[in-house]
Amino acid sequence: MNRFIGFIKKEFFHILRDKRSMLILFGMPIVQLLLFGFMITTELRNVNIAILDHAKDNYSLEITNKITSSGYFNLTENLQSEKEIEEIFRAGKANAVIVFDRSLERDVVNGFPGKIQLITDASDPNVANLVVKYLEGIVQNYQITLNRTTLNTVGIKPEMRMVFNPALESVYMYVPGIMATILMLVSAMMTSISIAREKELGTMEILLVSPLRPVQIILGKVTPYLVLSVINAIVIISMGYFVFHVPVLGSLVFLMVESILFILLALSLGILISTVADSQQVAMMISMFALMLPTILLSGFIFPIRNMPLPLQVLSNIMPPKWYIVILKNIMLKGVGVAYVWKETLILIGMTLAFIGLSVRKFKIRLE
Amino acid sequence: MSTSINIKGIFKSYDSVKALNDISLDINQGELFGLIGADGAGKTTLFRLLATLLLPDAGSIDMEGYDVVNSYKKIRNLLGYMPGRFSLYQDLSVMENLNFFATVFNTKIEENIDLIEDIWKQIEPFKDRKAGKLSGGMKQKLALCCALIHKPKVLLLDEPTTGVDAVSRSEFWQILKKIQQYGITIVVATPYMDEATLCDRVALLDKGAILQVDTPQGVVSTYRKALYAITGANIYDMMLLLRKYEFTESVFAFGQELHYTDKRDEFDTNQLQHYLKEALQQDVLVRSINPNIEDCFMALSIQKNK
Repeated sequence: MNRFIGFIKKEFFHILRDKRSMLILFGMPIVQLLLFGFMITTELRNVNIAILDHAKDNYSLEITNKITSSGYFNLTENLQSEKEIEEIFRAGKANAVIVFDRSLERDVVNGFPGKIQLITDASDPNVANLVVKYLEGIVQNYQITLNRTTLNTVGIKPEMRMVFNPALESVYMYVPGIMATILMLVSAMMTSISIAREKELGTMEILLVSPLRPVQIILGKVTPYLVLSVINAIVIISMGYFVFHVPVLGSLVFLMVESILFILLALSLGILISTVADSQQVAMMISMFALMLPTILLSGFIFPIRNMPLPLQVLSNIMPPKWYIVILKNIMLKGVGVAYVWKETLILIGMTLAFIGLSVRKFKIRLE
Repeated sequence: MSTSINIKGIFKSYDSVKALNDISLDINQGELFGLIGADGAGKTTLFRLLATLLLPDAGSIDMEGYDVVNSYKKIRNLLGYMPGRFSLYQDLSVMENLNFFATVFNTKIEENIDLIEDIWKQIEPFKDRKAGKLSGGMKQKLALCCALIHKPKVLLLDEPTTGVDAVSRSEFWQILKKIQQYGITIVVATPYMDEATLCDRVALLDKGAILQVDTPQGVVSTYRKALYAITGANIYDMMLLLRKYEFTESVFAFGQELHYTDKRDEFDTNQLQHYLKEALQQDVLVRSINPNIEDCFMALSIQKNK
């Protein structure tokens, strides 16, 4: 036991004295979370629009009010004629212009469809698309209330409701994803690098010749990173909760248990990598390409799995983060318990055992 | 005196390279044993086999009664090993390194302080310095301290003095002599022939095979030829000339002189001296000398390769 404590003490010295690992350990999670949370967003906010109102009647006024009060749009200018439209796009003062037809009220009252034109600056097609969708939604909504008051209901309008993430906040997506990425990176990459460093600097030779058993060496390497990763998980969850208001509806304890399971899995992967890699550089490359990219791209974190081509969908099943992200979302956003995620949990446990078994088998008690 | 290490018919090769070729060797308990050989002779391979880090292709090694392959766990408890490369934690201080290795071997620094006291006195002033910031000699002393911290029965030192200045080297050997008094078997590998005379016995290793095993005096006494040292102003030209000389058996450069043996059993040194003087137009001195270990090594190496 003394040996073990001595070994862990030494590991902590290594980590705490290396500015680079400290930065990866604690700087990166916070920066990534803030980046994804604040900047990389697929939501619409504060889009500038202009209005050319030929109608100037109750309907056009009410629709204008609905649009400006939605929170997504800023009304920057009221235009007087069609000529000004191109000008305002060129000046970049608006991303969209809404034109109300002169005969809007008359058409609606007479039962004809009223005419509203949406013109968007499609030089940024993604934003243009979003703007059109949002504006359509608002007008549609208005139409529904209109139908209700006039009692002459025509047709059935589909009503959409976004559950679990009613405001479609993308940060709800990113927090579980980032948590999986960070834990994977810290646990797997850092352990594999730290074991590879012992090999590279020749200290592994001395450790092997000492009475330390392989299990003690591995556990000694893994324990500090387990502790640090748990701290990281707590930091990410609390940042998500306090900064981005991502709820944790399920049990926090259960969430931590699942996180520790995932950390263990990542750690055993790291050990497996280190049994193959002889230098820090190789360990880092393997971790980057074999872990980081699949975690980000194939886990459903950024790109929805159901939109992938079939081979990639199949491949995504062997990505541990995929299952962890499913578990996280279920616990955090849906508030469910073990009854709903036991399948994913079992998959993670199975993977962990497989990796540990493999690394123990591959760990060399000698130099060759 | 009983045997500490018994090496029997060891073969070891990496891919196609034969690193060790039928090595057999007995090393006694409490002996200071030198493994002498140039780079690539197979010293490190033999050390790693002894340190249970490699498996032999054939043959067996017993250390303190344990087989290095099957009982490697036992051996790892009674072994002190210092690899050729500095292998301590550079980002830990001297004290932290020492403490770490003490805990790894389940002991405390104080328990064996008498063994390492002399070395410890020298590195103690730097005990809070990071190991990576020590000088070459200090690093080796610290590494020796760490290898000795658990009072091993066998101490393996792979080229401990390579890259260390002359003063530190002689200090290092004095320390080894002192450690030997505790009954610890010490095996040292070194490419420096002058260090061989400081060992109790040496094995001359060349291209993975043992040339000779004897005491340093024994090795020297087996040298049968008469040896001459030749000094002059231009050593290089003289060597080229002597290589073509009809009676030359061997000629090697040793620092500022040439070591020369003649094919004839009896010959007149004055005659050789005169010949060189005439040919090179410079002062030349030929004198008879006693052979050192390196001369023996060269002679044996040539003999074997013939």
